[in-house]
Amino acid sequence: MAGAGGTRILQDEAVEEKGERARMASFVGAMAIADLVKTTLGPKGMDKILQSTGRGQNIMVTNDGATILKSLYVDNPAAKVLVDISKVQDDEVGDGTTSVVVLAGELLREAEKLISQKIHPMTIISGFRAAAETGRGILEKASFNNSKDKDKFRRDLLNIAMTTLSSKILSQDKEHFAELAVDAVLRLQGSGNLEAIQIIQKPGGSLQDSFLDEGFILDKRIGVGQPKRIENAKILVANTPMDTDKIKIYGARVRVDSMSKVADIEAAEKDKMRQKCDKIIQHGINCFVNRQLIYNFPEEIFADAGVMAIEHADFDGIERLALVTGGEIVSTFDDPTTVKLGHCKLIEEIMIGEDKLIHFIGVDKPEACTIVLRGASTHVLEEAERSLHDALCVLSQTVKDSRVIYGGGFPEVMMSNAIEDLARRTPGKRAMAIEAFATALRGIPSTIAENAGLDAAEIVTQLRAEHAKERSKAGVDVIRGTIGNMEELGIYESFKVKQAVLMSATEAAEMIMRVDEIIKCAPRKREGMGHGM
Amino acid sequence: MSLAFDEYGRPFIIIKEQEQKKRVKGLEAQKANIMAGKSVARILRTSLGPKGMDKMLQSPDGDVTITNDGATILEQMEVENQIGKLMVDLSRSQDFEIGDGTTGVVVTAGALLEQAESLLDRGIHPIRVADGYELASKIAVEQLEKISTKFPLDKDNLEPLIQTCMTTLSSKIVGRCKRTLAEIAVKAVVAVADLERRDVNLDLIKLEGKVGGRLEDTELIDGIIVDKDFSHPQMPKQLEDVKIAILTCPFEPPKPKTKHKVDIDSVEKFETLRQAEKQYFDDMVQKCKDAGATLVICQWGFDDEANHLLMHRNLPAVRWVGGVELELIAIATGGRIVPRFQDLTPDKLGKAGLVRERAFGTTKDRMLSIEKCANSRAVTIFVRGGNKMVIEETKRSIHDALCVARNLIRDNGIVYGGGSAEIACSLAVEAAADKVPGVEQYAMRAFADALDAVPLALAENSGLQPIDTLTAVKAAQVKEGIPHLGIDCNDVGTNDMKKQNVFETLIGKKEQILLATQVVKMILKIDDVITPSTYE
Repeated sequence: MAGAGGTRILQDEAVEEKGERARMASFVGAMAIADLVKTTLGPKGMDKILQSTGRGQNIMVTNDGATILKSLYVDNPAAKVLVDISKVQDDEVGDGTTSVVVLAGELLREAEKLISQKIHPMTIISGFRAAAETGRGILEKASFNNSKDKDKFRRDLLNIAMTTLSSKILSQDKEHFAELAVDAVLRLQGSGNLEAIQIIQKPGGSLQDSFLDEGFILDKRIGVGQPKRIENAKILVANTPMDTDKIKIYGARVRVDSMSKVADIEAAEKDKMRQKCDKIIQHGINCFVNRQLIYNFPEEIFADAGVMAIEHADFDGIERLALVTGGEIVSTFDDPTTVKLGHCKLIEEIMIGEDKLIHFIGVDKPEACTIVLRGASTHVLEEAERSLHDALCVLSQTVKDSRVIYGGGFPEVMMSNAIEDLARRTPGKRAMAIEAFATALRGIPSTIAENAGLDAAEIVTQLRAEHAKERSKAGVDVIRGTIGNMEELGIYESFKVKQAVLMSATEAAEMIMRVDEIIKCAPRKREGMGHGM
Repeated sequence: MSLAFDEYGRPFIIIKEQEQKKRVKGLEAQKANIMAGKSVARILRTSLGPKGMDKMLQSPDGDVTITNDGATILEQMEVENQIGKLMVDLSRSQDFEIGDGTTGVVVTAGALLEQAESLLDRGIHPIRVADGYELASKIAVEQLEKISTKFPLDKDNLEPLIQTCMTTLSSKIVGRCKRTLAEIAVKAVVAVADLERRDVNLDLIKLEGKVGGRLEDTELIDGIIVDKDFSHPQMPKQLEDVKIAILTCPFEPPKPKTKHKVDIDSVEKFETLRQAEKQYFDDMVQKCKDAGATLVICQWGFDDEANHLLMHRNLPAVRWVGGVELELIAIATGGRIVPRFQDLTPDKLGKAGLVRERAFGTTKDRMLSIEKCANSRAVTIFVRGGNKMVIEETKRSIHDALCVARNLIRDNGIVYGGGSAEIACSLAVEAAADKVPGVEQYAMRAFADALDAVPLALAENSGLQPIDTLTAVKAAQVKEGIPHLGIDCNDVGTNDMKKQNVFETLIGKKEQILLATQVVKMILKIDDVITPSTYE
């Protein structure tokens, strides 16, 4: 802690850890995080309950690695590195958030053994780098691409979606949801713009009742006294104040000297609003959607004109609506001829459960769609949305990079065999590190098997033997508790996800290994945190 | 303590409130200071060289930084000791001046302090030690100039420059793809370099990072990247042959700086004001249009109405662009920053060949890239990487590489690395010491020993036997008379740094030795430290 000879260099509460101790601290921290999410891996992985410390102590049930790690308060700096890679994995490819942390943890576990045998971390790192490169090569070779054949590709996508969903709460209805997700993503026609897919949660019913709607659903009410059903709708999407239209010029205020003038000004204001409404109606529309509130007065005008007015559609809703109907978001109304209006064939109010929603059918942009999730409770729905989001992300990434690979521990075992082969051909201490990398990779199928209550050692060794044969397609068959043919079982994964897992786990492990000193600065003093934290 | 007596024998106090202050005097003070300086240097020692280790630093707010850049480590360590702070400054000034060798300079200073300590133990006066060091540093610098060679700088053959940058990068975590990054760094520097004046303005190179993707995806963009998107979601995502109006005035109602009130007391006034307001927005957009702009980049926000008008009149716009970025855009596109709509004229517009929005991953993150600019002398290095820490570290590493390339363009003298320059200097100082009469001789020998610290640390970090390796290389240098024999850190099999292509800039090395000597001299001259004791 203190510098030699009692001279303090750092601040009073700063902590400094060196050499072996530092390495210990970061390894232990990283492995603890990996062990924490380890049990959620694979189709038989378990969920975690997270209780927030905030007011209300909200509860969340999930087995999404990124969500778990995001919600944790981690103090260990090495653990933070792992949390970070999981988050990035989520942002980039959407799935594999648990795998990446587990793999990094396994790599560090193996590295620790080597370090205790007095092998220099830099030697281990260079071995790891060589191994990761070989692994990637193998991964690329084992992947296949069916994007030319439409039906086959669709089946691949379905399989990927099912594999992703099988580890989540949706696993009971995975066929159903896989269909939903694939349909939704294929509608995007390769644009990968997930914004066009809207997910609405509605408690009630069962998960099986969830459905994909080809139009757009807005969770809002139609104004009083206005038509509830419009065919061949012309929609004006706007972002404008429809409550009181204030003068925006700075410093403007009303100062009058008599009551009558107040009334005059009020009338003028009202007149202004009426003119605005008239201008809006002159666009020749029969539906008006505003981001901001619509007060009773303009609502009445719209009702008189037979225009459907929808108020307070939030920003996302407005943007999506503009996107799908092809209209532009309007804030001024002086030039009705050039404004692009949105179109759709039919707008009607529909009931889902007990709620009324507005349904836009036959929109211009066929890419858009809405998935309505039904389920027993909000927790279930939230987890369902997360799972579906994962699946959608993976699918949209797969549409972009259509290479596909078998799942169920197949790529890991295959890579590990190839890497072991590399180790045999590598002279010097690096070979030990390469071998360790192979062992770490086997940690993934072993964890999958373990979580399913199987004899992990038995399964993994069998897999290894199976992979020694040419062109094997063997992986862990969790359902039957043996090894099985991944192609027949339809367990597929996206190549991009697997590659990201391999590369970022290696990067993170390398980063943590390179550290030989940890300096924690004194935590910043916060007001009002005086007691018991 | 500091009690003195006047001629009548009455005590008086020299230092105010002396009970509350700690005071260390004389030799004790020097020892304490040396100790502090040494312990700072010791922290950095293991980060030296291609096999140096990283340090993990947790900031007061809990953010984690992993780095092996000396200046960054020291800066984030929040050193409290006064002497420690001197060392931090030392590393920082090396960073500002040269940009590389920030670890080496601290290690050298630490070694000099260590040697000074044993001299002080022998009863040699600190000033004499300082003088001896000064003398020795002169000889070392002379020796450096003697062994330095000219670097073959050629605009058409960038290979040697790339090799140098690779040496710098090999000690960092990005070593995996040092080739790519080195090429990017060199290309960037050459793009902005003024080869006539031998000057490089590093401000023209912007380092922008985005989490995600692989390190290999890092790219050099011939233009500017701004972490913003178009103000209206329905503006076109890609523009070609763009004329850019760069504005620092908001698309908002006028807001005079003087305090004022606009009073409305009749319906007519209300109406006029309303019309005026509408007209105002209209005028703003029209002025931009009239000037011929096809893209507006603004430092401030847009009113909803103005935003729609812009979109409606097919004038894409970007809002809330930071001041620094605005300047860069202005430089790159050759435009002028315009503070008022009235001042907007066609010749003040910037030009760019391509402006487009880039989207990343599954999140909605978007960035705007302005490419094919009129003045291509502003470039952006766009860093991708697995996580935030990797990106930050990559940025620092690239910055180091950029500095090295810049220094070579400024002054193409080089010395060979791997500790070979230090060993050569050490030998020269050692030889010169014998000819100097007086106590300084001892100090100079100590200086020579201290110079060995860098190759020693290099060897140690690479897992070699430090003393065996150093003595072997030293003997070889004397025997064969080649000054570019150094420590073989990467296990290549040769000690010849020329063959290994490991070299550093002459100014960098010179600065290292001079700066380290200066700071050590300063520390040695302190003989009294008065600090307020801990606050209650």
